[in-house]
Amino acid sequence: MSEPLLSIHDFSVTYDVDPPVHAVKGVTLELARGEILGLAGESGCGKTTLAYGVQRLLKAPAVITNGSVMFHDASGEDVDINALGAEEMRRFRWDKISMVFQGAMNSLNPVAQIGSQLEDVFEVHRPEMTPRQRRSEVADLLELVRVGAQRARSFPHELSGGMRQRVMIAMALALRPQLMVMDEPTTALDVLVQREIIRQISQLRHEFGFSVIFITHDLPLLLEITDRIAIMREGEIVEVGRAEQIWTDPQDAYTRTLLSSFPRLTGERGVVVR
Amino acid sequence: MYNVRGSGQMKALDDVSFTLRSGRTIGLVGQSGSGKSTIAKILIQLETPTSGEVLLDGAPIPRRGKALRSYRQQLRMVFQDPFASLNPYHSIRYHIERPLRLGGLAANDQVDGEVRRLLERVRLVPDAVIDRRPHELSGGQRQRVAIARALASRPTLLVADEPVSMLDVSIRLGVLNLLADLQREEGLGVLYITHDLATARHFSDEIIVLNQGRIVEQGPADDVILDPQNPYTRELRAASPDPERHFASAAGNLGGAQ
Repeated sequence: MSEPLLSIHDFSVTYDVDPPVHAVKGVTLELARGEILGLAGESGCGKTTLAYGVQRLLKAPAVITNGSVMFHDASGEDVDINALGAEEMRRFRWDKISMVFQGAMNSLNPVAQIGSQLEDVFEVHRPEMTPRQRRSEVADLLELVRVGAQRARSFPHELSGGMRQRVMIAMALALRPQLMVMDEPTTALDVLVQREIIRQISQLRHEFGFSVIFITHDLPLLLEITDRIAIMREGEIVEVGRAEQIWTDPQDAYTRTLLSSFPRLTGERGVVVR
Repeated sequence: MYNVRGSGQMKALDDVSFTLRSGRTIGLVGQSGSGKSTIAKILIQLETPTSGEVLLDGAPIPRRGKALRSYRQQLRMVFQDPFASLNPYHSIRYHIERPLRLGGLAANDQVDGEVRRLLERVRLVPDAVIDRRPHELSGGQRQRVAIARALASRPTLLVADEPVSMLDVSIRLGVLNLLADLQREEGLGVLYITHDLATARHFSDEIIVLNQGRIVEQGPADDVILDPQNPYTRELRAASPDPERHFASAAGNLGGAQ
C-alpha cells in the first residue's frame, strides 16, 4: 500500500451502560493517503462509533477502552490522537480531519446566512485572517462546490437539500484537511443529486489529495466509488478488501449475506418472490 | 396545480393518467420533486387535482360522508418512516384496534382476535409485540405493524411511499417480500413510490417514470429499467449504483470514483 495516513490499532470502544455494550472491538485498520475507504455495515454495527472514536468525538457513556490511532501528518510528524490534550485536539479537528455528519444538511443554523456560517470556521481556526480574507475564502469555497459565491447571503431554507449538503462539504473542506470522514453524506438525497455530489467529492479528492472514510450501508454505492471497503459487524471488521475483490470474491459469509440483500439493478430477477 | 406565493402557480402534475389493477404493483419512480408524492396525496385526498379525476372501481372519489370514509378504508397508506408514523404513547394493540373500531369492522369481543390475526399476517408473533410500544420494536417490526394497521380495514389498494428506505438493508427484502405475499394473497393493488430503481424493478409489474410532473416512460418493469427509451429514465439509471455494470466496464477498476 502507498503511504499511510491513519493507522488504527486494536481500537475498542465500550458504552458503559448496564450491561456494557462493546460497540467497537479491537479494530485494526490502515488508511492510505488519498484513499477512499468505505465502511459498511448495518445499523448498530459500530461504524459510526468507530469513525467518531478515532476523532475522539465520543461522549460518555462511550469510553475508548483500548487501542491507538496514529495520524501521519503531511509534515512528516506522527500524531498520536489519543495523546493530544483537549486544546490540541480542538485545533487538530477540522484542520487535519473534518467530518460531514449524517443528516448534515439539516444541521445548518436556520437563522444565519450560509456565508457567515462558513466564515465561522476561519474565525475559530484561522484567527489571523482579516474579515475580507475570510469572505474571499468563503466565496472560493462556494464556487468550488458549485453552490456559487452569490449564495453566501442565502439562508439554509432557500437552498435545496443537495445544495445544503454541498455547503456542508465546503465547510469540511475549508481548512484543507487531509482526511474527510463522511457519515451517510448522500443517503437523504435522490439518485441524481447523489451521483452529482459523489462526482464532486471525487474531483475534489483528485485536486486536493485528501483521504475519505465513507460510511454508509449502501454497499452498491460503495462498490462503485471506493478503493477499499471494510465490512463491519457487531463491532468487528469481518473483511477488508479492494472494492472489486469484495464484489467478485467476498471471503466472509456476512459479506456475502450483505451483498445478497441488495436487489441488483440489472442482475437476475427473483430476489422478491412474486 | 399548487399555488405558489410570488411566482403564481406551479404545475406539480401535468396530464398524468394510469390504471392500477388489483393484484398488480405499479412502481412510481422519479427524483425528489417529480410529483410522486403529489400523486399519493391526491389518492388519499390530501390534495385535489385542478383537473382530471380519480376513479376507484369506475366511481369518482366521494367528497364527503360515509362514502368518503369507505373510500379511505379501501385505500391505505404505508409511510416511509415507521418511527414517525406510529404514536410513541400507544401500544401496538391500540394502533391496530383503532381502524377496526373506527370502521366498525369487528365486534368488541372480536377485536383482540382480529388484532392478533393481523399481526400474524405480517409475520409478527402477537404475544411478543401486542402490548409493547413502538420504541421497543426494531425498524422492521415497526414497519410490519404499520402494514398490519393498513390491512386492518381490508383495503383493496395500498399506497406504499418508500416503505423500506428507512430500514436496514438486510431487512428491506424481507419487508418487500412480505408486501408481495400479502398482495398476492389478498389481491391488493399496490402503488410503490420510490426513487430506488433496483427495488422498483424487482418489486413491480409495471414502472411509471415521472419527471417534473409528467409521465415520461411507462411499461413492464424489466423493459423500463433494462432498456429505457426516455433520456430521463436513462439518466436515472446511469446514476443508480450498479456494481454489475461498474465492474464489467474496464474503467471500473482504475481505483475509486471516476
